[in-house]
Amino acid sequence: MHSGAIVARVIRLAGGDFGLAEEAVQDAFSAALVQWPLEGVPAQPRAWLARTARNKAIDRLRRQARFEVKLGDDAPDLAADSGEAYAEDANAIDDQLRLIFTCCHPALNLEAQVALTLRTLCGLTTDEIARAFLVEPVTMAQRLVRAKTKIKVAAIPYIVPGREELDERLEAVLAVVYLVFNEGYAATTGDTLLRGELCGEAIRLGRLIERLMPDRPEPLALVALMLLHDSRSAARFDLEGDVVLLEDQDRSRWNHAQIAEALPRLESALRAGVASSFAIQAAIAALHARARTAAETDWQQIALLYEELLRRSATPVVALNHAAALGMAEGPARGLELLDQLASDAAMQSYHLYFAARADLLRRAGRFHEAQASYAQALTLVRNEPERRYLAKRLAEMVATLEAERS
Amino acid sequence: MQYILFIYSSEAEYNKRSAEENNAFSREYMQFTKEIQASGNFRAGDRLEPVTTATTVRVRDGKILKSDGPFAETREQLGGYYIVEAENLDQAVAMAAKLPGARIGSIEVRPIMKMPTA
Repeated sequence: MHSGAIVARVIRLAGGDFGLAEEAVQDAFSAALVQWPLEGVPAQPRAWLARTARNKAIDRLRRQARFEVKLGDDAPDLAADSGEAYAEDANAIDDQLRLIFTCCHPALNLEAQVALTLRTLCGLTTDEIARAFLVEPVTMAQRLVRAKTKIKVAAIPYIVPGREELDERLEAVLAVVYLVFNEGYAATTGDTLLRGELCGEAIRLGRLIERLMPDRPEPLALVALMLLHDSRSAARFDLEGDVVLLEDQDRSRWNHAQIAEALPRLESALRAGVASSFAIQAAIAALHARARTAAETDWQQIALLYEELLRRSATPVVALNHAAALGMAEGPARGLELLDQLASDAAMQSYHLYFAARADLLRRAGRFHEAQASYAQALTLVRNEPERRYLAKRLAEMVATLEAERS
Repeated sequence: MQYILFIYSSEAEYNKRSAEENNAFSREYMQFTKEIQASGNFRAGDRLEPVTTATTVRVRDGKILKSDGPFAETREQLGGYYIVEAENLDQAVAMAAKLPGARIGSIEVRPIMKMPTA
């Protein structure tokens, strides 16, 4: 049973005190483990847990002699509870929205936002979160404590933001969700199971936000994007754990059910007039997903979409992807032209993907000698193992090709 | 809840600006003060003399050490403060955002520790 909705409610009842609420919920779960086997599972288990947590919170406050703290009144809410409907009633929805927006409050730094979201909404343990972000458990524990303390001491309000702020705040929430997804999606952390779990949690969070805010199109675009990326997960790595490029992936191993879920969402988002960065990225992913073979990919459209994306976020990765797409649509020479324009950027000169992209286009153009040099340059800059192995493989290919040409 | 709003801005920039520009900022501060007094959020507020007039005091090994200037050299300097009453951080931040210092410098919003009542 997922505790996110219960935690959200108890935090409200505990006057926004995350620490108190968390302890109270744990107490309630412990009580359930003892009582339910003896008395049977209650007809409305979630309501029972929330009510019990509230009482446990009162107990804790009494023990700490904090009589001045007034807990939220639960009585009106209990009347509305009815088993499974609990999660979907207006109060539960509001509570979960409060929790999401508070976890992602701009007064907390981004790392804290991510950690708090995973801990309170997704129910990941501190250890799991620590492993996901490659920090010591004790560091992650401190990060969480600091965040909860700040919420309490600085009085970060436990509310859904007002209309004027909502657009900006929703954008920030979706950014956190996408960050979690990327952490799972990127091939940098070693733990495959944990990676998959993070992607799953991010998608689950995205779907939750969709359900809680049904009149907003922005979550649709993000969920579509995540579903599309994730749909390729079975095909992304070979048996040795090496990266398989999109163009080489076995498309029969793509999760077509997930793709089918994603496409209507993307359509809805675009129809609502939202051409957000997520929507454009999703549109690009959709073009790949719709191509039955790599050869049928509509590279012209993809290149146009990357141009659109560049207008919104001119980051090195987007620029490189644009050049690569243009290279596929109009020939490698065109792509190389674009990369040459980027060459003067200091950030590019120390970016392994710049040289990898260059090498790839040179390879496609048959300029193997230059490609070899570029792959070599990329290898001096790459920092993660899967990508390093890929580049080394390409370099070896170039060496072999040049050998063959000479003989 | 009480918060202190520390107003940081560059004195070097202040010195570069014309008297009219600086006076316009002062008038904005005065207007802000009037507004939050009227709304009941004002508790205290003062403008500080420039950092060249500051003295930093440290006592080490029983000796009083006095040095000329602020406790640290920074790009922006503390120029003033407000103590305000607000329901929560969002309210305090909304007030801070209205200050001219927020546009040209930085405002640090810090909650004031609640001491247990005797």
